[in-house]
Amino acid sequence: MEKMPRWADLVLIPLINLTLALVVSGLVVLFIGEDPINAMKIMVKGAVGSTYGWGYTLFYATNFVFTGLAVAVAFHARLFNIGGEGQALLGSLGVAVVCLYVPWPHWLVALPFAIIGGAAFGAGWAAIPAYLQAKRGSHIVITTIMFNFIASALLVYLLVNVMKMPGQMSPETARFGEGTFLPKARDMLAVVGIPFARTPLNFAFVVAIVACVLVWLLIWRTRLGFEIRAYGQSETAANYAGISALKITMIAMLISGALAGLMAVNAVMGEAQRLTLDSIQGAGFVGIAVALMGRSHPVGVFLAAILFGALYQGGAELEFDTSVPREMVVVIQALVILFTGALDNMVRRPLEQVFLTRRRKEA
Amino acid sequence: MDALTIIQLLDSTVRSATPLLLACLAGLFSERSGIFDIGLEGKMLAAAFFSAAVAYVSGSAWVGLGAGILSSVVLSLIHGVASINFRGNQLISGVAINFLAAGMTVLIAQDWFAQGGRTPSLEGAARFQPITLPFAEALRDVPVLGPVYAELISGHAILVYIALLAVPLTWWVLFRTRFGLRLRAVGENPESVDTAGISVVRLRYSAVIIAGVLCGIAGAYLSTGLQAGFTKDMSANRGFIALAALIFAKWRPWYALYSCLLFGFLFAIETRFQTIEIAGFILPVQFVQALPYILTVVILAGFVGKAIPPRAGGEPYVKER
Repeated sequence: MEKMPRWADLVLIPLINLTLALVVSGLVVLFIGEDPINAMKIMVKGAVGSTYGWGYTLFYATNFVFTGLAVAVAFHARLFNIGGEGQALLGSLGVAVVCLYVPWPHWLVALPFAIIGGAAFGAGWAAIPAYLQAKRGSHIVITTIMFNFIASALLVYLLVNVMKMPGQMSPETARFGEGTFLPKARDMLAVVGIPFARTPLNFAFVVAIVACVLVWLLIWRTRLGFEIRAYGQSETAANYAGISALKITMIAMLISGALAGLMAVNAVMGEAQRLTLDSIQGAGFVGIAVALMGRSHPVGVFLAAILFGALYQGGAELEFDTSVPREMVVVIQALVILFTGALDNMVRRPLEQVFLTRRRKEA
Repeated sequence: MDALTIIQLLDSTVRSATPLLLACLAGLFSERSGIFDIGLEGKMLAAAFFSAAVAYVSGSAWVGLGAGILSSVVLSLIHGVASINFRGNQLISGVAINFLAAGMTVLIAQDWFAQGGRTPSLEGAARFQPITLPFAEALRDVPVLGPVYAELISGHAILVYIALLAVPLTWWVLFRTRFGLRLRAVGENPESVDTAGISVVRLRYSAVIIAGVLCGIAGAYLSTGLQAGFTKDMSANRGFIALAALIFAKWRPWYALYSCLLFGFLFAIETRFQTIEIAGFILPVQFVQALPYILTVVILAGFVGKAIPPRAGGEPYVKER
């Protein structure tokens, strides 16, 4: 018998956890001498009060959908991929190589190849930790952390020494050709007559939605997805069922790395239109919070990504209007990870008790 | 390269290795008791801020050190509550602690000092000043040993010597005391410890708190010894390098010293030289920066000896009924 109804597990607990995180964040705001209610108002208004706000919110959300899905897919196989940051960095390299060195005639032609480039580089970067975990038992959390640092050193080296535009001081590549520019939300919506502010929100948002659908199909509608979940539930049981640990670990991590790498389609191809050092900006880590919050389900990940997108955009506005620095967002993010991830049982256990006693009374 | 350069390089190695060593020993206690700790970075950062902030206000580096240790232990306790009482995922808890420290330090620094997330510069007694060991100046002219004693061994802040003393102390506690035996046992096989009538919860909490104290000293050294004040994200991934050093040392105290000195040496090289040329090859400085991580992956992969973590690491203990 289930200890509590499904809706409680999927909706109630995340909501309570989120509320707890927000209440503690409010206390922090109070502690630094600002009015939490006012801060909340500014953040909400800044994030969703205008098409400008929405544009940025959904732009950030696009990044977080990709990195969140990346963590979620690995979670299903009970692998903690903390290396989304590094895989996204490599993905940005892949996207940049595709966009920079081929004279693309039209973005519709360039996009599939950029997707392949980003996904392949991201997956490749996840492949080594995956292989070491499956074959040699090296703890994937530690190896992916190490690979984050190696990725960032590699990118710095390449940008400073190899890919930097000649005659330029800052470590960034030349701008990509016009044939790679993804259409912006403003231009797309103008076609149907909807006015929208100038924001970095671009076609990659559609790619993110497609990715959510594909991940849902993969995890819940395919044999491979079933094997991944079975392996995540019980490694021994999966072994008895003839599911290869090596295969599942490799495939789950390759998909995870590919998804993280895809983030670059939005951040590098869609927005920056050149490769810089700071295009990823911690989105790989936000993915952990998003996957936890979204209970590793694509719909949950999508909603949680929008929430975090709003948080990032709202946080920027907050810094603009009050004395609360942008780092407030990092604190809220930490608290969400803490309450939904590490302290989950704090809410879950008492709730389970409540539901059990209620059910006993009914019976 | 002349002798003086080498001595200076080694001197800088010792200074870079100190925070690594303290954090590494912190991780050693925690992980030996079966609690994974990837929050070393966050604890160090929090301690760095509170040490500098309180040292600035009080004018005493020692009071600052106390505040730093306290802040680090508070984070340790959060980690303990999450992973011991609520049986949460220890890795996720560590990630949360790192973010919490990264955000809170800047937030509070901005609120208290309004200098863009840093503390004012520390001067005089608010910093741990270098200590000149006895006869260091008198013996300076003795060939070879004189400069080594005066430059390399003498002239560090007291926390450096504390860190070095922590190594034999850790070894002694872990391998020569009853507490240490139990601590190691609880990281390998908590059931047996529980069966013997010893509290798993209390042992793990002691380990986590010791880790907090050591990370606190590491952070205090960063902001009040190595540098004169706190700057945003000043721990600069040292917590993760310490984690790497811990694996490199295969969870043993003396080896922790050696691996931290090795990684400290890489630090010293990368800050001193822009390009490194070995036998005609030019090594990019980024490669030297990435070397600790690469070496750790190689060790983890088991190509050069196998690193086997404590067996019960990362697993919450559920008492049998």
